[in-house]
Amino acid sequence: MNIVACMKRVPTTEAQAKIDADGKGLDPAGLQYMISFYDEIAVEEAVKTKEAKGGEVTVVSIGPAETTKELRECLAKGGDKAALLVDPDWASRDARSTAKLLVAKIRSLGAEVVFMGRVATDRDNSAVGPMVATYLGWACVTDVVELELNEGGGVAKRESEAGVETVEFSLPAVITCDKGLNEPRYAGLKGIMGAKKKPLEESPCGDMPNQAAVRVLELPPERNEGKIVGTGVDAVAPLIELLRNEAQVL
Amino acid sequence: MSIIVYIEHAAGSARRGSLECLGAAHATGEQVVAVLCGEGADQAATTLGNHGAAKAVVLPSEGSVSSDALGAGIAAIAQEHSARAFLCAATSQGKDVAPRVAARLDSTIFSDCTGFELAGETFVVRRPWLAGKCIATLESSGSVLCATTRLNVFPIAEVGADAEVINAAALPDPLAKVTSIEAKAGGKLDVSEAAVVVSGGRGLKEAEHFGIIEDLAAAFGNAAVGASRAVVDAGWRPHSEQVGQTGKTVSPQIYVAVAISGAIQHLAGMKTSQVIVAINKDADAPIFKLADYGIVGDAFEVVPALAEAVRAVRAEG
Repeated sequence: MNIVACMKRVPTTEAQAKIDADGKGLDPAGLQYMISFYDEIAVEEAVKTKEAKGGEVTVVSIGPAETTKELRECLAKGGDKAALLVDPDWASRDARSTAKLLVAKIRSLGAEVVFMGRVATDRDNSAVGPMVATYLGWACVTDVVELELNEGGGVAKRESEAGVETVEFSLPAVITCDKGLNEPRYAGLKGIMGAKKKPLEESPCGDMPNQAAVRVLELPPERNEGKIVGTGVDAVAPLIELLRNEAQVL
Repeated sequence: MSIIVYIEHAAGSARRGSLECLGAAHATGEQVVAVLCGEGADQAATTLGNHGAAKAVVLPSEGSVSSDALGAGIAAIAQEHSARAFLCAATSQGKDVAPRVAARLDSTIFSDCTGFELAGETFVVRRPWLAGKCIATLESSGSVLCATTRLNVFPIAEVGADAEVINAAALPDPLAKVTSIEAKAGGKLDVSEAAVVVSGGRGLKEAEHFGIIEDLAAAFGNAAVGASRAVVDAGWRPHSEQVGQTGKTVSPQIYVAVAISGAIQHLAGMKTSQVIVAINKDADAPIFKLADYGIVGDAFEVVPALAEAVRAVRAEG
C-alpha cells in the first residue's frame, strides 16, 4: 500500500507563548519544537499499516528547513522516506493553502491512504485533513480512535460528543488520528542509525498565496487576581456565597 | 448577502452551541439562513426563527448524516445564496463538516472563533492559538468567511420571529457513512459544551476516587467531568474528558479544578472559563494563580461538602 503520513513541526506543548516585536507572530527566542502530538499517532498508524499490509510510508511536511530534524525522527520510527516542502512563509500558512500544497504532493506520490493528526497543537484548526480530502474528492474520517483497513475501504471509529461513531468509508481516504488509536513507538538506536540513510527530499513548496493574514497576536488578558477563600471544609460556605453573590454563577 | 449557519440538533431539538452560533450570525445584521439535516430536522427548523434565522433550509437525509455529503449540500446552499459567510458551532461534527464546506468554496477556515467582523472589506476573526496561550486577530481575503464558533462564547438571540422553512434537493452519495453510534452512558454532557466542568487530577490518587468528582458534577446538574492529562495517561479517565493542549479547550461558566496542580498545557485549555475554582492541598500549586476562588484543603473532605452545599442551593431554587 502506498501510504502517506503528514507531520507538522510545532512549538513544544510546554512552551510559554511570547509575542515578537512586530506583534504578529511568536517570538522564536527560546522556543523548542516537536512533532505535533497527534501527528506522532498518524506516523505510527502509517507504519503499523505498512507492517500489516506491506507497502511504503512517505512522511510529508511543510515547514522551515529545520523540519528535517523531526522528519528524521519519523524515519527512525519506521517511515521509509520523507519529503519536506520547504516553506519560507511557514509561520503564516493558512489551512487552505496548506491543504492545497499537500494535495499536489499527495497526488504526485500516488497515495492510497493519508494519515494526519486530528489537529496541530499550534494553530488548533482541525481543518487540513478534511480540506485535503475534499480537494482530492476522497473519503475522510476525522478523530479516529480505531481503524481497520480492507480491500478498497475500511471501518473506523471516531469520538464525538454523542459517543463513538462507527464509519464505513471507501479508499483512497484521509484519516485524522486521535489519541487512543495507537501508542507511538520510541525510535531505537537501530532506527536512528538507519534513518540517516533513508531518502529525505527537500524541495521548495512553491507559490501558494494565503487568504488569512495575522493582524495582531496578543497574550490573553490576565485574569483578575483570585483569592484563597479559606482552608478545608470551613471554606465551602464562603465559596458558595461568592459564587452566588459575587460571581453570580450559581 | 447572507450568512449560512449549519444547525446541529438531537431528535428535533437544536443544540445549544448551534443556537449560540446562530445568535452570533444574527448579531451582524445580515440575513441568516440556517441549514439542517437528519431525523427531526423539520421540527428543529420551526424553532430557529426565534433565534435569528430568516430561513431554515432542510436537507433530506435517510438514516445517518455523512459529513462529506453534508459538506457538499451546505456549500451548494451557500453558493445559491451568494453567502458572505458560513458558520457552525465548533463541535465534533462542526469541525468535521466545516472544512469540507470551506474547501468547496475554496475559502480558508478559522476554527473555534471567539469573535468576527463582516462589515469591512476584509473579514476579521479572533481565535486562540496554542490552545489559548495567545489570541490571534486575523484578516481573510477569502470569498466566503468560513468559521466555527467556540462554544459558550456567543449569546443566544431571542427575537420572537418565524423562519421560512424550505426543503432542499437531495444530497450526493456519501464516501464515508456512519453506520452506528454507541451513545455515551446516560446522555452525559461533553466537557466542551457543559456550563459547569468539574475536573480531577493526579492528586486524587486512584481512578476509583473520581466518584467524588462525578458526584460534584451531578450536584451541579448541568456539569461534565473533566480530567488532567496525567489522569488520562494513567488510564483512569477517557481521552474525551481531557482538558488542555492535547485534549479539549473549554470555556464553561464554572470550572472546578480538583487536585490539579496546573501544568501549563492544562491551564491553556481552561483559562477562558468564566469563573475558576481550585481545590488543592498544596497552597503553592500554580492553579491558584489562575483561580478566582481557591480552597486549600483535602479534596476528599472539601469536595463532598461542596457537593452537599451546591445541592442545598439548587434545592432552594
